[in-house]
Amino acid sequence: MNPHNKSIEELKDIAAQVRRDIVRMVHAVNSGHPGGSLGCTDFLVSLYFRVMKHNPEFNMNGEGEDLFFLSNGHISPVFYSVLARSGYFDVKELATFRKINSRVQGHPATEEGLPGIRVASGSLGQGLSVAIGAAQSKKLNNDPQTVFVLMGDGELNEGQVWEAAMYAAHHKIDNLIATVDRNGQQIDGPTEKVMSLGDLRAKFEAFGWDVMEIADGNSFESVLPGLEEAKSRLGKGKPVMILMDTEMGFGVDYMMGSHKWHGVAPNDEQLQIALQQLAVQEASDY
Amino acid sequence: MKEYTYTEKKDTRSGFGAGLAELGRTNPNVVALCADLVGSLKMADFIKENPERFFQVGIAEANMMGIAAGMTIGGKIPFTGTFANFSTGRVYDQIRQSIAYSGKNVKICASHAGLTLGEDGATHQILEDIGMMKMLPHMTVINPCDYNQTKAATIAIADYEGPVYLRFGRPVIPVFTPADQKLEIGKAVMLNEGTDVSIFATGHLVWKAILAGHILAEKGINAEIINIHTIKPLDEEAVLTSVAKTGCVVSAEEHNRLGGLGDSIAQLLVKTKPLPMEYVAVDDTFGESGTPEQLMEKYGLSENDIVAAAERAIARKQQ
Repeated sequence: MNPHNKSIEELKDIAAQVRRDIVRMVHAVNSGHPGGSLGCTDFLVSLYFRVMKHNPEFNMNGEGEDLFFLSNGHISPVFYSVLARSGYFDVKELATFRKINSRVQGHPATEEGLPGIRVASGSLGQGLSVAIGAAQSKKLNNDPQTVFVLMGDGELNEGQVWEAAMYAAHHKIDNLIATVDRNGQQIDGPTEKVMSLGDLRAKFEAFGWDVMEIADGNSFESVLPGLEEAKSRLGKGKPVMILMDTEMGFGVDYMMGSHKWHGVAPNDEQLQIALQQLAVQEASDY
Repeated sequence: MKEYTYTEKKDTRSGFGAGLAELGRTNPNVVALCADLVGSLKMADFIKENPERFFQVGIAEANMMGIAAGMTIGGKIPFTGTFANFSTGRVYDQIRQSIAYSGKNVKICASHAGLTLGEDGATHQILEDIGMMKMLPHMTVINPCDYNQTKAATIAIADYEGPVYLRFGRPVIPVFTPADQKLEIGKAVMLNEGTDVSIFATGHLVWKAILAGHILAEKGINAEIINIHTIKPLDEEAVLTSVAKTGCVVSAEEHNRLGGLGDSIAQLLVKTKPLPMEYVAVDDTFGESGTPEQLMEKYGLSENDIVAAAERAIARKQQ
C-alpha cells in the first residue's frame, strides 16, 4: 500500500505545490527543464502519493516495493520535488538544485547518494532497459511488486528503446508498466516535425506489448483509473505500455503546449505570474 | 631466468567460461547475459546448468548493458558477454551512465580483444578498449594472461562490489599459471626477479615477455618480468619497487600505445620518478586480417619486439 494514499483533492493540492517547486527551482538557477516537468507532475504525484507501494526510508534494492525509473532525466525538477515531498529527503534541499556541492544534480544521479534515485539518467533511451533489468531481478527474487518507467516521446528516437521493447516482449516482462509522456514536443519542435513517431500504439503492439492510453495525463480523474487499468493488465505475459497525453508546461498558461519551454527558466516577472496561477490551499514553499 | 613450463595451450575465453560455470554452482546471485555469442564466449555450461539465470539479449548490446545495470537492483551480479569491441566502443555511453556513473555491480566480460582475433580484421579487433574503460571513474580493468588466470579472475570479480571490465581473447596460448592460484584484484604477479630492466606485461603479452626474458638472459641481461593483470587500479607499489631496482621500463600489451597499460605506468613514473621507458604496443593504427601470429609479428608485439625494447631502454638508462 502507498504510504500516503491521498485523495484526489489532496493530490491536486500536492501537484500545485510540486509545480510551485518546479518553477522556483529552475528560476533560482536560470536553467533546467520546466516544460516536461510540469506536464508529468500529475503522473508522478499519482505514483508516489497514491499508486506505488514504496518506502521513503530508501534502500537501493527496493525489495518488496514498487520501483519507479525516470528515463527522461531532464525532467528532474518534478522527480526531486515529488521525492522530497513524499519523504525521501528534506524539501529544503530542493534549494540546492543544480548548484555546486549538491546532491540535487542537474540530471538524476546516484553518485552523491540522493535517496530515491536508483540509476543515473539524462542521456536518453536507457531507462527502459534498466527498468526491464530491475523487473527481471524482481522475478528472480519472487518479488511480486511492479516496476514503473517513464519516457519522453522525443526519447523514442533513440534506437535502444526499440531494442528494449523487443526484449521485454520476448522475455515476457509482465511486471513492468512503461509510460510514454506523449506531449508531442521535443527540443527542436513538434515530435511529428522533428522525427515523426507515427502510430505508437501500432508500433508497440507490433513489438508485442499490451498498449493502453491515458487520454489526459494532466487530470487525476484520468491518470488514476489509467494506472489501475494498467496494473490489472500485469501478469499476463506481456509488458504494459501506457501512451499518456500530457500538455507540456501544464499549469502555467504561457508555458503550455510549446516546446519553447522545454529547457528555459522563467525570469523574475514570469515566476510571479506562474506562482499566482499555481495556487494551493496552504503554500509550503521550501 | 625462471623456467615456466606448460602442458597445454588453451584460449582465455574458455577460462572465462569455466569460471562462469563455477560461479553458477557457487553463487546464486550470479546471472549471465549474452548478445548472440554464447558459443564464442564459452557460456554453454553456465546456461545448461542455470537456464533460469541466463538471458539471451540478441544482437542488442546497448540494451544488454542497461538490463545488466537494472538487474543489480535487487542484488543480482550480472556478467555480460560479447566481443570486446561490442562490449566497449559500441556501448560506451550506456556503460558510462547506467553502470559506471551509477556505480552498478556489473561485470563486463569481453572476448576476442585485440589483434589476435585474427582473420575477421579491424572491424572486430578493438585496440582501444582498455583506454576507454580505464578512463571511466569507478571502473576496474582486468586483462588476465592465460586460461587459469582468466578463470581465477572471473571468480574473483564476483566477490568484488563494483563495475569491472574483464578482457580476454580467442587464440590458444600456453597455460602456465598454477590452476589453484587465486587472482587478487590490483595485485601484480612477479614472474621473474631481475636487475637490468622491468618488463610489465598484460594479457597475451605476458607469455611473450617470458619468452623475451629467456632471449635476454642469453644476452646476459637479467630482466624483471611482472604480470599486470589489473590495469586499473594499477599496483603502483609493485611498479615503483621494481623500477627502483632496475632503472628502466618496458610495457607490453595487445592494445593501442595510446591509453593502455603503458600510459598508466608512464603517468605513474612522471608523477614519481621519470625513467627511460619503451612501449611494446600497437602504434596508433587499426589492425587487419591475418593469422594471430602474423599480426602480432607485423604490429610489433612479438617476443623479439620486447627484447629490442628492453635493449633500447637499457641503452637509454646508460646514456
